[in-house]
Amino acid sequence: MQTSRFAGLVVALAMTAGIAVGQAQAADTIKIGFIDPLSGPFAAVGQSGLKQFTFAADELVNKKGGVLGGTMLEVTGYDNQVSAKEALIQLKKAIGDGVKVIVQGNSSGVANALTDAVEKHNTRNPDQRILYLNYSAVDPALTNEKCNFWHFRFDANADMKMEALTDDIKARADIDKVYVIGQDYSFGKAVAAAAVDMLGKKRPDLEIVGNELHPIGKVKDFTPYVTKIKASGAKAVITGNWGADMVNLAKAANDIGLDVPFYTYYAAGNGITATLGAAGKGRIMLVTEGAANPAHTDAFRAYTTAYEAKYENENITQFRIINTVQMLARAIDKAGNTNVDDIARALEGMEFTTIAGDRVIMRASDHQLAMPIRIFVHTDENVEFDMDNSGFGLVEERAVPVSAVELPTTCKMKRPS
Amino acid sequence: MFELILFSILNGLVYGLLLFMLSSGLTLIFSMMGVLNFAHASFYMLGAYFAFTMSGYIGFFPALIIAPIIAGLLGALVERYGLRHVHRYGHVAELIFTFGLAFLIEEVVQFFWGKQLQDYRVPEVLDFTFFEMFGNAFPAYKAFMLLVSIAIFVLLFAVLTRSRVGMIIQAAITHPNIVAMLGHNVPFIFMATFGVGSALAAIAGVIAGPVLGTGPAMAFELGTIVFVVVVFGGLGSLSGAFVASIMIGLIQTVAVALDVSVSDFFGLFGMSFSPDDFLVDVWTITLPQIAPIIPYLMLVLMLIFRPQGLMGKRES
Amino acid sequence: MSVIATTGAATTRRATFRRLAVWLVSAAVLLILPQIFTSGLAVTVMNQMGIAIVFALSYNMMLGQGGMLSFGHAVYFGLGGFFAMHMIDWVDQQLFVFPIYLTPFMGGLFGLFMALVIGSFSTRRAGTVFAMISLGIGELVAALSLILVVFFGGEEGVSGDRTTGPGIFGFNFLQDIEVYYLIAVWVLVAVLFMYLFSRTPAGRMANAVRDNPERAEFVGYSQRTVRLISFCAAGFFAGIAGGLFAINYEILTEQNLNATTSGGVLLMAYIGGIGYFIGPIVGAVIFTLLQTVLSGYTDLWVLYVGLVFLATVLYVPTGLTGIMMMHVPAWRLGRLRSLVVPYLTMVIPVAMLFCGLVGLLEMFHYRNGAPTGEVEMTVFYVTVDFTSPLPWAVFTALTLAGGYLTRRLAPAVAASFQAATSYDAKGSSA
Repeated sequence: MQTSRFAGLVVALAMTAGIAVGQAQAADTIKIGFIDPLSGPFAAVGQSGLKQFTFAADELVNKKGGVLGGTMLEVTGYDNQVSAKEALIQLKKAIGDGVKVIVQGNSSGVANALTDAVEKHNTRNPDQRILYLNYSAVDPALTNEKCNFWHFRFDANADMKMEALTDDIKARADIDKVYVIGQDYSFGKAVAAAAVDMLGKKRPDLEIVGNELHPIGKVKDFTPYVTKIKASGAKAVITGNWGADMVNLAKAANDIGLDVPFYTYYAAGNGITATLGAAGKGRIMLVTEGAANPAHTDAFRAYTTAYEAKYENENITQFRIINTVQMLARAIDKAGNTNVDDIARALEGMEFTTIAGDRVIMRASDHQLAMPIRIFVHTDENVEFDMDNSGFGLVEERAVPVSAVELPTTCKMKRPS
Repeated sequence: MFELILFSILNGLVYGLLLFMLSSGLTLIFSMMGVLNFAHASFYMLGAYFAFTMSGYIGFFPALIIAPIIAGLLGALVERYGLRHVHRYGHVAELIFTFGLAFLIEEVVQFFWGKQLQDYRVPEVLDFTFFEMFGNAFPAYKAFMLLVSIAIFVLLFAVLTRSRVGMIIQAAITHPNIVAMLGHNVPFIFMATFGVGSALAAIAGVIAGPVLGTGPAMAFELGTIVFVVVVFGGLGSLSGAFVASIMIGLIQTVAVALDVSVSDFFGLFGMSFSPDDFLVDVWTITLPQIAPIIPYLMLVLMLIFRPQGLMGKRES
Repeated sequence: MSVIATTGAATTRRATFRRLAVWLVSAAVLLILPQIFTSGLAVTVMNQMGIAIVFALSYNMMLGQGGMLSFGHAVYFGLGGFFAMHMIDWVDQQLFVFPIYLTPFMGGLFGLFMALVIGSFSTRRAGTVFAMISLGIGELVAALSLILVVFFGGEEGVSGDRTTGPGIFGFNFLQDIEVYYLIAVWVLVAVLFMYLFSRTPAGRMANAVRDNPERAEFVGYSQRTVRLISFCAAGFFAGIAGGLFAINYEILTEQNLNATTSGGVLLMAYIGGIGYFIGPIVGAVIFTLLQTVLSGYTDLWVLYVGLVFLATVLYVPTGLTGIMMMHVPAWRLGRLRSLVVPYLTMVIPVAMLFCGLVGLLEMFHYRNGAPTGEVEMTVFYVTVDFTSPLPWAVFTALTLAGGYLTRRLAPAVAASFQAATSYDAKGSSA
């Protein structure tokens, strides 16, 4: 057991080596911690998000003089490996580095862990508070029963998207049978429940011919599922699937020849558009915010062009990132200082015109951004900005205005005095 | 319902035979060296990535030949300079080595090709509908997959049972020392087997890549299933691997077609459950919902009641 | 561990004292550490290390001491953690009163219970069959955890508030530093008991069954029972680690019991060295540092971890602890100093090889994702232009020269090592 002393030594040495370099450095910037997957299976989405954040901060804020009359925004990536545990460690790391604002979006599970941790941290450390801007986690609970003062969501939540989606179906009388298929976890279930509920109200004549959950990331061949969908006589499919589960579902639909629209949440970008290719043409519909084809404003057209010139293999896949950065910058200016509570108060109720010309409002009641939602179709016709250099892209089919997707909230916001 | 079952069986066969292409190599390697190769599915992934890159330059069919050869050579190198080196530390070390290798190959693939899904498509010559029945199409590429799998299966069986090389391989499986004494180079046979096994996995990758998707997670996704097949069929038994592949292929696809839940099952006995029940999650589990995890259940049950597997002769 | 096998009352007393001293010193170190590393991050990292140490040691009770290779040990860690998390929630909802600082024990009991259930059939055989059952069970439990929302909370997992239960010495675990001391006490106790377990007849028989099951059977021990006991003990301590996780992070998710966590603990134990009691401790510390600190510097950290792991399996199967232990004979012979010069001559070529390789990998990686027009990047605090051939040439030269020199010098270093550790050689100051 003499060697146990080595253990102590190793701990000491390793810690000195590891943490000495990790100390915070004072600088004249406002640090934004991007806590999302930068390695592992979901890294493609995280890496792309980090680039979009950095670009938005540089182009739309820093190059225009920064905030508070000259302070720059600095985006730093923290790899959370889509794990709740690692996200909390990285949060501590970010706080240690002097980060005031964290942004995160991938996985509602991580978002739930983070919003909880941020609230606890802010309550337990009132002089070291941080702000959490959620740019992509869509679990409705985050702005309902789990809402808190320091969490703001810049993406439409799953229910809002479903509201828009079902509005589209309502307008299409030819769709009288719908099949709902999703991954077997909270998000897949939430999508299914919302679809059944909203379609029941908007189209009582419509029949839901299938409501199916499959294990997440485990199905290699979706042909049996698609065969089943086909046998059910469905005229449209609703799915919250993402990643490989989305691609494989669409491919199987193409193989079998299931020519009905697929209403999806995440069927674009980061290789998915290219992989879908002709298999998804005219069939894959995407419910999301923003604008792609047409670009709506020259400013947004120029911004997209500049981004794609800088990163040849990247696209603006998450329009909401631009809103997040711009609204944060405006809130800091409005607050006039970098006090987190002041910035949060400035964000509450903020009205803003996006780079694509939409009018959006950060609702004070639940910190959910009220924004118009659009239904896009995956195609290679009339595409100005394609994705993954594939020739295919998203073309706008219908816009659902803010008023149609504003949902009541159960949030009881507790504000610091 | 009939067309659902028919197409499910057809797809189950395609998937099952694909599994067999992977599990046959793994079984050969295991029978000979006693190593369960965790990195086997990584060669499947390498096959798909190699073919994806090559088909851009030389076309799909040349890639179908060349990609497996390269993967096979890589496999031989792994055996010669990795596995053989670790062999002296025992079986656990070998298993851990292949585990680490699988981990590393996934990272290396991401290093060169990136983390996103690759746009590896079905070749245009095979991109048409083979036949159509009850409104369901059966793509030609799937027929092609079936054809290749069956050809490989026949070839493998012919080589193992009819040729001289096959005799030596079979002998080396059971009596490596005697084969060595007869003047055969057993280490070389080991290396060649590992190479051929890896090449078989790579062929599976080349033909499955466009259908099942080509991305960094593909090895991990299929790897454990292939393990299940090999262990379920009986370690070291090729025919067991064949039966298990087809079984798992069919079960996974047919189970999806049958909409039965746990409460339906208990309903047969006149029991019913309220939706407010504490265990409502359990009662509402349906067969399609758990279809992809049935193989693991089968694996555990098989190992409990018959550790040598379906047709295996030994336990480990 | 042959030190203990000495006889004579005086030496026994000395050995006992020395063993006691080791524990006292460890306790003192744990007490002092937060005074040295005061930043919030350091405390977070140390908390994670503590959890990882208990988890990795529990894993080694099976792999190192019992010869059972498991690919599903996270199941007991996760289940214990989930149970402890529910306990914390129940206390929060005032269903009953229970001190939060004791919930890891309840987590341990739950882990023990699950290990007993699963071990009753999985430990019948060792080797591949055991490994495969553990893999299957791991996949099943991970998949079920997303389906059975009541217990596992689905994708969001189960979360709670650790601060509501009765406190201890005025601590309510509001701050991480309070949790640090709680974890430190638990780590010390758990490590002590795991160490003591390895000294009990049950622990000794686990070694015997690992090395030669037939002979152990002949002596009259059922190998199955022996394995089951080790397995349950491992499950118990994994559950404790899970309970500590619940207190520290206040959230448990599916990720705590899936294959990644199971693979991670194998990596920790193996890199540290499964043949030594302290091996997994070293592994847990290093792995945690790599995961939390290195990941902040490079996207390629997983690749580096993979390379380190494979190199360990290939060249140092005894792990990092093994390397250190190799030097014990030299130390005892008083010849450690004779190794300083040969080792120093190795440092430069190895550093060259390392820098060269890392430089090449980082440049290649950066070039792939670099924005158009940007040609500069930072490697080792030096800004280089990756389009110019110069840095590529420099790093390639470093790699080649370092590799060549390492190979050249290795035999000489190995010879001096031999000389320093063999008893018959003429040591300089023996």
